Amino acid sequence: MPAPVTVDEDPIAALVGFTVVLRHAGLNITTDRVTAFLSAVDQLDVTSRVQTYWAGRLTLCSDPDDLPRYDRAFADWFTPPREGSGGTELIDQRKPPPPKLAALTSPNGQGESDDSEGDEEEQFLARASGNEVLRHRDLAELSPAEREHLRRLLALLKPDPPQRPSRRLHPARRGFSDAHRTLRAALRNGGEIRELRKRDHSVRPRKVVLLIDVSGSMEPYADALLRFAHVVVRRAPASTEVFTIGTRLTRVTRELRMRDPERALAATGRAIPDWSGGTRLGEVLRAFIDRWGQRGAARRAVVVVFSDGWERGDTELLGSQCARLARLAHKVVWVNPHAGKDGYAPIQGGIVAALPHLNQLLAGHSLATLEKLLEVMASSDGGRVTRR
Amino acid sequence: MAAGLCVRHAGLVQDPTSSPTALAAALRETGYLADDGLATAAFLAMRMNRPLFCEGEPGTGKTALAQALAQVLGAELIRLQCHEGIDASQALYDWDFPRQLLHLRSLEASAAASGEKLDAEAVEASLYDQRFLLARPILRALRTSPSVLLVDEIDRADDEFEAFLLEVLTEHAVTIPELGEVKAETPPVVVLTSNRTREVHDALKRRCLYLWLDHPDLAREIEILRSRIPGIPERLATEVATAVRKIRQTELLKPPGVAESLDWARALQLVGARHLDIESAAATLGAVLKYREDADRVRAQLDTLLAS
Repeated sequence: MPAPVTVDEDPIAALVGFTVVLRHAGLNITTDRVTAFLSAVDQLDVTSRVQTYWAGRLTLCSDPDDLPRYDRAFADWFTPPREGSGGTELIDQRKPPPPKLAALTSPNGQGESDDSEGDEEEQFLARASGNEVLRHRDLAELSPAEREHLRRLLALLKPDPPQRPSRRLHPARRGFSDAHRTLRAALRNGGEIRELRKRDHSVRPRKVVLLIDVSGSMEPYADALLRFAHVVVRRAPASTEVFTIGTRLTRVTRELRMRDPERALAATGRAIPDWSGGTRLGEVLRAFIDRWGQRGAARRAVVVVFSDGWERGDTELLGSQCARLARLAHKVVWVNPHAGKDGYAPIQGGIVAALPHLNQLLAGHSLATLEKLLEVMASSDGGRVTRR
Repeated sequence: MAAGLCVRHAGLVQDPTSSPTALAAALRETGYLADDGLATAAFLAMRMNRPLFCEGEPGTGKTALAQALAQVLGAELIRLQCHEGIDASQALYDWDFPRQLLHLRSLEASAAASGEKLDAEAVEASLYDQRFLLARPILRALRTSPSVLLVDEIDRADDEFEAFLLEVLTEHAVTIPELGEVKAETPPVVVLTSNRTREVHDALKRRCLYLWLDHPDLAREIEILRSRIPGIPERLATEVATAVRKIRQTELLKPPGVAESLDWARALQLVGARHLDIESAAATLGAVLKYREDADRVRAQLDTLLAS
């Protein structure tokens, strides 16, 4: 990192150096932004801290998440003037904008570190039994070799993103009349209208939100589910959002957009602060709806919750949040890995509270059931509760 | 509003475009209270000819900023409300096809009657004439000078429209194939607003100045209430601002913005309340809270909220 230069010595070097520091701090600084910053300072008074601060903040930031980082970097780089030299208080005293990673402080500290079902040692050498068998095996009971095989099968999935009708009009065979194209065609025929051109609404990918429970009880499934999420994200990066839920909400969409599954999974793992902790589904779901869902991420979207429904907190809260989610979303699907097992009944507190507001409760313990989930996601009907 | 009057006011004081402080003072004249950052942002937007991209919670004065800027500059405010599927024919220009067709037919009919032969080029030139051009907001803003173009709620439009806007905003010119290029004499001041329901593409943000707007602090909110609502008693303004501030801190589905506290104060004034008590607050709560769950929650704790 370059050493700080004071503005008095060489303003350009000091200002450009500052942008380098910001780039290291993770802001998306492009050359044209630097140019804009310099010309903004040029319009203002470079010796005024406040004006330099705002020139940079207006030209170099592009997201409320950038602002705290910018403030810190600015305070570090432009050391405040000595007392009495008329410096102005610069650190933004207003409330920082809501962070994207909603941190919920856990009231009861550590989560449950219970049955991880044991990393089974038994080597299953049934490699030749083929994909068909593997497709129906429980993801939690796979041997390392099978797990490896499953990863490759997961990567081969080609999910069709769900679609919705768009407001945008495109040339079509039937629909509304298209005056523009009709007249153009008429002019080509010497002003004679031979046919009426039409245009109609097109389709666009529908938004998809995946909420993956990474608490202790879901641990055996977390890796496979995140890989599944990676496949879905890669297929439609612009319209898919992925969050992990546990004791807090973490957005992992950015990490999962990486092309290589291993690197994406590694980055996701680093981003999740609450692996194998407890679950506070209701609170985390509320954090999601407040920060993201209500603003647009969940509106008219297909929302899929992967969780076993073990709720540590208040199930009433979970119920009311599921109701909110159902009002916003096009379709809410709950995937419970245990739902496919013999003798399963939806009696866990969380599931009971959520069930009335779900469109569908699905199993998600094997590759075959995940394929089934993709079908349900892509189908356009928003039918009411059906159970499997 | 009497825009001319405000210009005279501003003219008396100082040229509003000379410095951020002068601009803040001129904005204050119109009843819009701008802090350092906001004034600097608007000042730079005018000086650098860059669009100003305002993002923030709903009701923090993003749209009002454009209106105030238009008043200060004595410029026409041209508003483009975005929605999904908005395209160039709604944002930029369109040809008046029915009238073009009628014109064409009447030319043909008169030619047939007089037995003359129609000159194809002359017909075409008369067909693509200014009088058949329907100017939509962006084209109007380019032709009107001075003007303030407000592109409201850009997050509601889709990616295709963002890409289209990018071109217009950087060039300050559009090309109409039949007529040629329309270039703004003085580029309009462009304000884009977003409620952040969707991430706007970075390519668009890069060409703009980025301003994040937050709820104002207590003192400023009181000031805003008093300047926007003439004749509001100071006590009522203080009480409303304090109560709204407390309401924002309770966990709500939709915390009220400044627009809501203005509505609330106006509602209270209309029902003749001299100050905020539980009765008048409960009766007018619909002006601040727009969700039944929120209203229930706040109504249950009104006494603690109003206790000062």
